[in-house]
Amino acid sequence: MTDLEKLEQDFNTWTTKVEKANEKYPERKKQFVTGSNAPVKRVYTPLDQKDFDYEKKLGLPGEFPYTRGVQPTMYRGRLWTMRQYAGFGTAEESNARYKYLLEQGQTGLSVAFDLPTQIGYDSDHPLSEGEVGKVGVAIDSLADMETLFGGIPLDKVSTSMTINAPAAVLLAMYIAVAEKQGVSADKLNGTIQNDILKEYIARGTYIFPPAPSMRLITDIFEYCAKNVPNWNTISISGYHIREAGSTAVQEVAFTLADGIAYVEAAIKAGLDVDEFGPRLSFFFNAHNDLFEEVAKFRAARRVWAHIMRDRFGAKNPKSWMLRFHTQTGGSTLTAQQPDNNIIRVTLQALAAVLGGTQSLHTNSRDEALALPTEEAVRIALRTQQIIAYESGVAETVDPLAGSYYVESLTDRIETEVLQYIKRIDDLGGAVKAIEQGYIQQEIQDSAYAWQMDVEKNERIIVGLNKFQVKENPPKGLLRVDPAVGERQKQKLAALRSSRDQGAVNATLAALRNAARSADNLMFPILEAVKAYATLGEICGVLREEFGEYKPNVMF
Amino acid sequence: MERKIRVLIAKPGLDGHDRGAKVIARALRDAGMEVIYTGLRQTPEQIVSAAIQEDVDVIGLSILSGAHNHLFPRVVELLKQSGAENVLVFGGGVIPEEDIPFLKSKGIAEVFGPGTPTSKTIEFIRANLKRPLN
Repeated sequence: MTDLEKLEQDFNTWTTKVEKANEKYPERKKQFVTGSNAPVKRVYTPLDQKDFDYEKKLGLPGEFPYTRGVQPTMYRGRLWTMRQYAGFGTAEESNARYKYLLEQGQTGLSVAFDLPTQIGYDSDHPLSEGEVGKVGVAIDSLADMETLFGGIPLDKVSTSMTINAPAAVLLAMYIAVAEKQGVSADKLNGTIQNDILKEYIARGTYIFPPAPSMRLITDIFEYCAKNVPNWNTISISGYHIREAGSTAVQEVAFTLADGIAYVEAAIKAGLDVDEFGPRLSFFFNAHNDLFEEVAKFRAARRVWAHIMRDRFGAKNPKSWMLRFHTQTGGSTLTAQQPDNNIIRVTLQALAAVLGGTQSLHTNSRDEALALPTEEAVRIALRTQQIIAYESGVAETVDPLAGSYYVESLTDRIETEVLQYIKRIDDLGGAVKAIEQGYIQQEIQDSAYAWQMDVEKNERIIVGLNKFQVKENPPKGLLRVDPAVGERQKQKLAALRSSRDQGAVNATLAALRNAARSADNLMFPILEAVKAYATLGEICGVLREEFGEYKPNVMF
Repeated sequence: MERKIRVLIAKPGLDGHDRGAKVIARALRDAGMEVIYTGLRQTPEQIVSAAIQEDVDVIGLSILSGAHNHLFPRVVELLKQSGAENVLVFGGGVIPEEDIPFLKSKGIAEVFGPGTPTSKTIEFIRANLKRPLN
């Protein structure tokens, strides 16, 4: 008898014994499930890993298929980048918040733009009314961007910008600010989100239809490969898919399906996979189910490595590596007993670190109520620092590897992700699957099931449907000054009257011509930005040329 | 026989977070109401025009961007101007509690914050309709 056969025999005997005891002392629940409703067994043993092949499934850190991490030494070499997403009001106020965060030991910037900026409207557009500076900083032109990064040397920080439909414009502004600081584009480090597909799926700040949107994205890939080589040209995002209610498996599956669509589009545009592949980056969520989340990150790395090597024939190992940013789960925070959110964020941040994230944003306790206050952001940053410096989890690479449970979860997630990718391939790829509403429907079904489980108390959310207390309304929430809209409009009016209008008109006309040709749009956008054409004017030209996306509304 | 309650779920403003709007739309539909969802980025004018065209009893406004104080009262105002003040208007989203008295004074019947069970919203609608169902 082999060791495994012996174990199987013992396991069966043990199970019979336990089931018998269960009749008298039943377990807490009939069925145990993960945060994403996958079944969880009583115990995991080598019997769950009968075909386990260490070299094939895990490999060593920094080596294919990168299950254990993309760096050989991971956090022993360098800790993850602690990067808090921030921005509100005017460029002056956000600049002050960035300097505060850098003083507090944050190691990278992450810019939140307001909704008009994200949708390519200037602050004086009628649809911007009431929205200016609310969920992020308002940027209308290069002048605002110069203020935003005033006194921050762009060759010393890395900057992540959550910008999608108008990503080319904001990247051009960043390059132009750097130039004025005397920093050449090849010295710049950072990321633009630039992931339009998940905007159609879940986040909603789209402007143009899929075809011209994909062109803008591949134009950026091409431009950066030659001019801004250290820039992460896209952050393919599962974060918002998860926030919209998906399961962990759906988060990874739909993100990687989007990734496949971008790679295919770039190859079709004539780029070499190893030219842009190494600059693709990812962005995931971290929810409360610690082990499932860790397994999710590990599975995502393994699946992507195979996609890039085996499906697209990438030769450069850097193209195989799935590097990612993580943000803790905003939708898991409760407005009730908000201090409890600190604990949720701790668990989620721990999952991200145990899962090998490259950078991390920890949410603040008050984010189910408003934008975070400075104090709440500091606690969130301290949470990362405590994990980094006190918990010991960063001292060895991928410490949960080899856990029967975590490896089983990793395998299950991989299998189910591949099933989804197959289904999306059969539908004609991610763009088609989005246009048909398939991906959105899958997410909505999960979101609704979750809500019903909570309402039936099948899922316990502490403070929400159990352990409630009577509470007073929270005090001291951050409020954006309502005058910010007016101030921004005045600044814009002053800019319009002082700039060289002839140069603006000429650069916008050149942009229009480029939009009608197959030329790379980054060059004319950069010229228009430098002439102080506004974001709304630049996107306005592209709106006229490309049209706007009309979503397929359903629920 | 009583007719079905007709509801318009609308997303005023520019934010794209419609998980809540879609969940509530579906819950109301499962509770036997007829529900229309507008999709994202609707102006108050578009919302009121859809409400009148669809002859709804209720409008549910969902917003997470912080522009509620600006946009919610505008919807009620436009309803009045169109002679449709018998439409019940409620709101939901990330809305600070201290803003709620102001919104109520502007004719928003109720504001439901994060974590509200859909059953509570359903009960509220049934108890506060301004138009008869027969």
